[in-house]
Amino acid sequence: MSHDHDHDPITHTHEPEAATRVRALAAILVEKGVLGEDEIRARIDWLVSRTPADGARLVARAWVDDAFKERLLEDARAAALEVGLDPGPSPVVVALENTPATHHMVVCTLCSCYPRSLLGPPPDWYKSLAYRSRAVSAPRAVLTEFGLTLAGDVEIRVVDSTADVRYLVIPQRPPGTDGLAEDALAALVTRDSMIGVAQPLAPA
Amino acid sequence: MTFGIGDRVRVSGRRHAGHHRTPGYLKDRRGTVVRVHATFPNPETRAYGASGLPEQRLYLVDFAASEVWDTDGIDGRVLADIFEHWLEDSA
Repeated sequence: MSHDHDHDPITHTHEPEAATRVRALAAILVEKGVLGEDEIRARIDWLVSRTPADGARLVARAWVDDAFKERLLEDARAAALEVGLDPGPSPVVVALENTPATHHMVVCTLCSCYPRSLLGPPPDWYKSLAYRSRAVSAPRAVLTEFGLTLAGDVEIRVVDSTADVRYLVIPQRPPGTDGLAEDALAALVTRDSMIGVAQPLAPA
Repeated sequence: MTFGIGDRVRVSGRRHAGHHRTPGYLKDRRGTVVRVHATFPNPETRAYGASGLPEQRLYLVDFAASEVWDTDGIDGRVLADIFEHWLEDSA
């Protein structure tokens, strides 16, 4: 195989420029005594240890307890604390309820704002330019690509979380789940259903 | 000016050099305030090391997709959080 073309030297570090910048920033903050390495590590560990199971607990509780659902819609942070979840230091989280007539889906067109404290890190597609641009301009087509085709009379509400508030969708409770306990219901609540690009799983 | 739920508003069409959180596709578009959030530090100054004070109130504004996009037959709503200093009274 010939190897006579020009290219940059191949190295082992293909770190994105932004990561290099963040590393440099963290080093300066530590050097100046603003933050400790331990604090940075603890915060990262906490953030990446969150999973959609936390959000799913909130949704399942809302499905079985109307009064809780009202409190969740009123103040999601307080509701999370009530069921023993740690909603983190900030930002504000607002829950939105899907109904037979109304379907919410969440996007951040400007960056990738996401309720990490309740859902964990966002999926890669959520941060993609394609999702961020098309979710607001062609939501029905995007949902179809996710495998979700809604009836024409269902109003789609695309929520663009552009600032300090994060949004969590409360999907509709699936049919055929009347006898299920809260834990079993929570197992049906997927990450994507809480972003609003899918329905919850059907019961086994 | 402070807005309340149900108020008709227009997103200012002004240009802004530098960081801001007002999506370009909503500029000059009219919508309705559906939720009044808390106040938050202004990201336009905070992004550059300033305090972000005075804080700005944040509103969830509801737009008809058909007023936002020219796409034939588009339906549904677009809701977005817009800071108060980007909103104008459009009653």
